[in-house]
Amino acid sequence: MLLTELLPFIMAVPLIGSGFVAVMPGRSLPWALSTLACLFSAIVAAAVLGATLDGTVLSYPFGNWPPPIGIEYRIDAANALVAFLVASMATVALFWAPKSVASEIEARHGTFYALFLLAVAGLLGITLTGDAFNVFVFLEISSLASYGLIAHGKDRRALLAAFRYLIMGTVGATFFLIGIAFLYMLTGTLNMADLAERLPALSDNNAVRAALAFIIVGMGLKLALLPLHLWLPNAYAYAPNFVTIFLAGTATKVALYVMLRFVFTVFGPEYSFAVLPLSTVLMVLALAGMFAGSWVAMFQIHLKRMLAYSSIAQVGYMVLGVSLATMTGVTAAFLHLLNHALIKTALFMALGCVIYRTGSARLDDLRGLGREMPWTLTAFALAGLSIIGVPTTVGFISKWYLILASIESGAWWLVAFLVITSLMALFYIWRVVEAAWFSARPEGAKKFAEAPLALLIPTWFVVILNFYFGLDTRLTVSAAGAAAQALLGAGASLP
Amino acid sequence: MSSLGIINYWVVVVLMMIGFYCVIARGNMIKKLMGLGLFQTSVFILFVSAGKIVGGSTPILVDGVEVYSNPLPHVIVLTAIVVGVAITAVGLALTVRIQEAYGTIEDDHLGDHLDGEEG
Repeated sequence: MLLTELLPFIMAVPLIGSGFVAVMPGRSLPWALSTLACLFSAIVAAAVLGATLDGTVLSYPFGNWPPPIGIEYRIDAANALVAFLVASMATVALFWAPKSVASEIEARHGTFYALFLLAVAGLLGITLTGDAFNVFVFLEISSLASYGLIAHGKDRRALLAAFRYLIMGTVGATFFLIGIAFLYMLTGTLNMADLAERLPALSDNNAVRAALAFIIVGMGLKLALLPLHLWLPNAYAYAPNFVTIFLAGTATKVALYVMLRFVFTVFGPEYSFAVLPLSTVLMVLALAGMFAGSWVAMFQIHLKRMLAYSSIAQVGYMVLGVSLATMTGVTAAFLHLLNHALIKTALFMALGCVIYRTGSARLDDLRGLGREMPWTLTAFALAGLSIIGVPTTVGFISKWYLILASIESGAWWLVAFLVITSLMALFYIWRVVEAAWFSARPEGAKKFAEAPLALLIPTWFVVILNFYFGLDTRLTVSAAGAAAQALLGAGASLP
Repeated sequence: MSSLGIINYWVVVVLMMIGFYCVIARGNMIKKLMGLGLFQTSVFILFVSAGKIVGGSTPILVDGVEVYSNPLPHVIVLTAIVVGVAITAVGLALTVRIQEAYGTIEDDHLGDHLDGEEG
């Protein structure tokens, strides 16, 4: 089948493209080739997603070595959904990129876009592969590229943020590798489907428990789950705006996907949730993340940091859905994974427009700016409605499903937590709206023009998607449902 | 198996803890990277140990040898070493840039820069 033959190219086209982009001169040529590569990946990933929604599993054996001996790309609805998200978000971010990157990076752009394509290829590789060690390799490809991308930030603090991320990210990835080492020593296989068959016989083994713990902690670091989130605020705050947009939309989501894949497919929900108290642990961490992230976001003056802390809170929502370990819960997690990518991309894009014009992301410098840059700040406010969870936005849809999942599991009290953290989101978004629209411009402040159309059009495109998928949920809900189905197996419902 | 028979695993644990301690406790960025390298190396030894088969020969086909070590962990470790080298290289490059930008690579002195406001 043609689609199966095309599977590796989703990852390979950006990977090979990065080599060409790296040696290209000038600015527009590298950008154009990167966009083409990401567009290709996005289109193929969309076709693959369409083919897997009904529960089909596509498998591509590398070098024609049949799995489990060879490395296999194994795609069900869950992979396809995340791969499509990564590729399409990369494409959308690229359409926003040229002006902003030109203002932030002086030298030639070939190497910058090459790093970006490597990061995309790495993230796509993680989602597509069915081999546990392959996940580690692609994880490091994408991480190394992101360290480089973050270090491109104009502010010298970007270097510190990148170094801290490098240390923590490498520790996380090595923890993941230790987990894989245990699994390999116990079962003698690295193929995920094969692991899933052999592990149930070993469920009483302490090394299996250790392996699960190492993998959860390793991925928790990449995911920025609460106590392991320290790298994220600085990395997002000081990276170039384009990099922040891309990473906020995709990187943590892919880490969440890997965690889900191991918890549900490899170890199996019976083991992860029934034998071990994983559900409680994840729920406590998720709630703590939702609160602490929102709380700190409420007092941030630097708006990129504010949105970064809000991301930590939003990761909490996703993990909360997972911790319920029901069909609705995992569907809600996947829905929020998609929706949060839309919300945060829109918010960071609008903020990026402000930074492009004013060169500052401080709350004070935004005073009265609403009259000078109405389109930009309206986009920010509308995307803000989405993160608060106002009906007709995607944020409402994910919260609605989270509430449904909580009630279904009999955890009524979770609804109170969801409402309180939404109010906190209202507070930190309102601060920006209040400063931009209801405060007077300080005396003698510089006048700024509206952001250029090249930045506004992609921003508004994502904002409109926020509302479109908030009204017409058929596509997102069915895709998230199919992804949850693929992970939990048909008809699975657990305590 | 006697405790000496699994000495390689003891070595793994000891190295891992030394490396991890260095990463957490040392302020100097070069020392942090050295700790990180040690931490990763311990995992490589864990993998190589897993491939060892008692009495096994090197995994090359020759007449008269029946038992081979498992070559797969070796291949995995080769890949992981490449990854480790890349990480060390990027880390050192960042350290050089930090030295140029701040004039120091002591993390304790630099931590305030990240959280505070800077002109």
